[in-house]
Amino acid sequence: MLNRQGRKTRPEAGSEDNNNMTGETHSGHKGLQMDEPLLFEIGSPAKTGVDLPDAPTVDDKLGGLARDEEIGLYGLSEPEAVRHFVRLSQKNYAIDSGFYPLGSCTMKHNPRLNEKMARLAGFGDIHPLQPLSSVPGALKLMEELSDWLLKLTGMASIALSPKAGAHGELCGMMAIKAALDAAGSPRDVVLVPESAHGTNPATAALLGFKVRSVPADKDGTVRVDAVRAAMKAEGGGDVAAIMLTNPNTCGLFEREIKEIADLIHGSGGYFYCDGANFNAIVGRVRPGDLGIDAMHLNLHKTFSTPHGGGGPGSGPVVLSDRLAAFAPVPFLRRDGDTLTLVEETDGTQSFGRLTAFHGQMGMYVRALTYILSHGIDGLNAASGDAVLNANYIRAKLKDVLNQPFGDQASMHEVLFDESSLSGTGVTTLDLAKALIDEGFHPMTIYFPLVVKGAMLIEPTESESIETIDQFIDVMRSLISEAHEGQEDKFHAAPIHTPRRRLDETGAARKPILRWNAEN
Amino acid sequence: MSTTYYSRSHEYVKVADGIATIGITTYAQSQLGDIVFVELPETRRGFKRGDEAAVVESVKAASEVYAPLTGETTEANESLIDNPALANEDPEGDGWFFKMSLDNEGELKDLMDAETYQTFVKETS
Amino acid sequence: MRYLPHTKQSREAMLEAIGVSSIDQIFKDAGAPQIALDDFALPKHLSEMEVERHMAALAAQNRAAGAGPFFVGCGAYKHHVPASVDHLIQRSEFLTSYTPYQPEISQGTLQYLFEFQTQVAALLGGEIANASLYDGSTGCGEAVLMAHRLTRRKKAVLAGNLHPQYGAVVKTLSDMSGFEVVDGTVTPGGVEDLSTLIDDETSCVVVQTPDIFGTLHDLTKIAETAQAKGALLIAVVTEVVSLGAVKSPGSMGADIIVAEGQSIGNGLNFGGPYLGLLATRHKFVRQMPGRVCGETVDADGERGYVLTLSTREQHIRREKATSNICTNSGLCCLAFTIHMTLLGEKGLTKLSRLNHAKAVQLSQQLAEIEGVTLLNDQFFNEFTLKLEGRDAAEVTAQLAAKDILAGVPGGRLWPERDDVKDLLIVAVTETVTDADFDALVAGLKEALNA
Repeated sequence: MLNRQGRKTRPEAGSEDNNNMTGETHSGHKGLQMDEPLLFEIGSPAKTGVDLPDAPTVDDKLGGLARDEEIGLYGLSEPEAVRHFVRLSQKNYAIDSGFYPLGSCTMKHNPRLNEKMARLAGFGDIHPLQPLSSVPGALKLMEELSDWLLKLTGMASIALSPKAGAHGELCGMMAIKAALDAAGSPRDVVLVPESAHGTNPATAALLGFKVRSVPADKDGTVRVDAVRAAMKAEGGGDVAAIMLTNPNTCGLFEREIKEIADLIHGSGGYFYCDGANFNAIVGRVRPGDLGIDAMHLNLHKTFSTPHGGGGPGSGPVVLSDRLAAFAPVPFLRRDGDTLTLVEETDGTQSFGRLTAFHGQMGMYVRALTYILSHGIDGLNAASGDAVLNANYIRAKLKDVLNQPFGDQASMHEVLFDESSLSGTGVTTLDLAKALIDEGFHPMTIYFPLVVKGAMLIEPTESESIETIDQFIDVMRSLISEAHEGQEDKFHAAPIHTPRRRLDETGAARKPILRWNAEN
Repeated sequence: MSTTYYSRSHEYVKVADGIATIGITTYAQSQLGDIVFVELPETRRGFKRGDEAAVVESVKAASEVYAPLTGETTEANESLIDNPALANEDPEGDGWFFKMSLDNEGELKDLMDAETYQTFVKETS
Repeated sequence: MRYLPHTKQSREAMLEAIGVSSIDQIFKDAGAPQIALDDFALPKHLSEMEVERHMAALAAQNRAAGAGPFFVGCGAYKHHVPASVDHLIQRSEFLTSYTPYQPEISQGTLQYLFEFQTQVAALLGGEIANASLYDGSTGCGEAVLMAHRLTRRKKAVLAGNLHPQYGAVVKTLSDMSGFEVVDGTVTPGGVEDLSTLIDDETSCVVVQTPDIFGTLHDLTKIAETAQAKGALLIAVVTEVVSLGAVKSPGSMGADIIVAEGQSIGNGLNFGGPYLGLLATRHKFVRQMPGRVCGETVDADGERGYVLTLSTREQHIRREKATSNICTNSGLCCLAFTIHMTLLGEKGLTKLSRLNHAKAVQLSQQLAEIEGVTLLNDQFFNEFTLKLEGRDAAEVTAQLAAKDILAGVPGGRLWPERDDVKDLLIVAVTETVTDADFDALVAGLKEALNA
């Protein structure tokens, strides 16, 4: 394997160089790879990295509640703090440093213009409770973003405030529950396909719904007959909603989605669509045309707001006419030239409030910046390239990895299982760890749960053909090595990382969740 | 003198002196992998057959342990709290989960004996 | 399109490898019903320069907190954040990574989460903390559900002086999930007796300190009362800078402490993204919502960190999960951790005293104005003024017209209540100058004389 400079990335096994590569150093550092202790081990309660003016002398008004013991915080001077966190950053893989094909997560490029715009004082330094008359530009921005999202999805109404995808699911399902209650027909069953994200059943259960599973067909999609059978098993009239991901977590478009929508509507239920995979169809397919009633949009996936090591996200929910009236506060109301934010439920049918304040403004700014940069033509091109890239990877790997669900074209991600590795002693996990040594972030593994040893690869539109080809070459080489009996290499992987495989069993058996001075 | 019975959800029941000792089978622990946590029922809690009575967790999975019989818990194996690995190392011995009274001995006949259980495992795996 | 690497040639090469004629054809083969681009009736792409111009024009219509006298608080606070914080959180490796699913190449994120959990637990006075929730208000909702699971009871008592939007979040979640909420009495500047509301079915009592009016509460008694009835005390802190000066809720007996962490490291952002902090007792860890990071060793025996106790979470436990939360507030946690590291014990203590001293000074100056009464005896950096016979919303509007953002009028938080319309809640942080004091005092005098 050659890198882009045409240089071997790893010496041949057994060569003299190999000893140098893995050799220990006196410092514990290895060139650019610096070992970094916990801040508590290098800092002290006496150190600080801020200079503050002295407090004026007053008689305190703390009412006898003044703190009388140490908190236990440790400080660092600014140069030490900067070095500490820079060194930590160097132990992370990121989109900016390499290919990150984590299925279902849409790890696309995060434009830096988004960051610059979110830091404009007029967006980043405004308070949610300052007079609304002092923030008309903020309300206009929310309205503009809403307008785009509604037109892109073909839906009637939007709730901006959910803080992430799972919070959006909660919002959509609350709207459905409120609508059913308002119609005097409460129902207690929610249908969720086996391939769904775990957040779907967790959300439904949180609201007291009974979760019933719908099996996927052998082609990986949910068929209207399976939904009909599941509804019948529940006596028909008890099904409040179906929660369906489209495109689904197997990377396939749900071909019978309209029929499923008709069926569920015919029985008086609602259709919640998990929009985590909207990047596959944005600027091409309108979910509103497919008969859905509610769908969340992950602004941190489709609309490029940064993933930030696990958040913050943002999960606006688009709603159909039938659900629009039940949207949570706050929401925008336009009356001619006047744009206001409705913050209270009085006089509305709103189901209530999901969060204090108005949602993830910082993410709205980034998402709108991304959308305006792309325009409808750019969004269309982006989803096209995302789908092209996934199908290209599929075409180039399908002779060495098994596709569990036949020939239907993939959307923006491609799913393989581990059956072609059987007998090699190499599992999906081992292959993923070997990819790490090759400088790639692994695909999503062991999800969806409907196939054994799932590998879900989502390249996104941000990758060049050169990067994708390199990934394909590496995958093919590794799979060959697995078949050649090099399972020991896979079990040892990764070896070129700041840490090797971690003992998760030990971590869970005796949880150490914070640093203690005695440790 | 004790007799051992097995359920289709992979619990075993050892009956001695009118008290049933319940745990998960050797096969069940091998399927779960390294057990990291066990949630046990409090004592003197009543269960109907098939109720969720305990939870057993590995790093990546959590499974319910069902009461294979109707009765009331008399004791829980506190040593599993500190050392859940016991359920891997000696599942049908020191790694037992809880003991319960036998309110309906007739339910025993719905469980499997060792030989039938082995066949059941082979057929289902 | 500047964000797409493909050329006409690369697209054609890839289509050939796939064996299809066009990208549109793939969508057709996949069964996805596309509509024509024109049918969206949406504009085409813009250059970076054009986007920047458009966004800057919108931003310019908003009055930034730092642009003049600013005294607005009630759950979000304008603090000075050192320049290095924002610089460090924009490191590519922090900004553009995701949840640390592969720990070998995520030790940077995992180690700061471990440091974050340690700082949060220490600050709130809990034994352990999780790796964040969305914000303080959703954290409050999660804490109530956690208490219900722990006590197997279904009723929460909310103090009247809990932030009303936090209360609304708890009520919405409870209504929708079949749980009960008992409301306390809104008591501006005072301390409500909650003990009569607690009974054998109460799962938890939720008390905020400093409360929505700024009043500090001693939680010791209410913790004892709640626990004696088998209920848990949930303490809510919306201004964590206070904890540099006052006793932690954990040290006063709270079982679960939730807080809004925005004050440390994070900007106002019109309400989000923020970060929810949650700390509790170690014995409650299995019922705690959200991700948690733990220490372990790697294959070579080196210390390292992983996400742990994941069986509580939705991706494994599905409908039996402790919460549906997945993505949380990662980067906001990093900002919190960096800022808290720069402060340290020494810096936080000083920051906290500075906030308090300034608030005391301003409260005294404002209380001397005729027609103004200070309602709080004990407070941290926020207090409530009663403006006799005046609608505080009108007064703040008059002051806003003079570019003074004076605080939050009671009517903004409780539009349906007449008894709080004359209240103005004023927050004072280290960012407020003597000139800002003078502007507010003069402005308020003028407005009240008008």
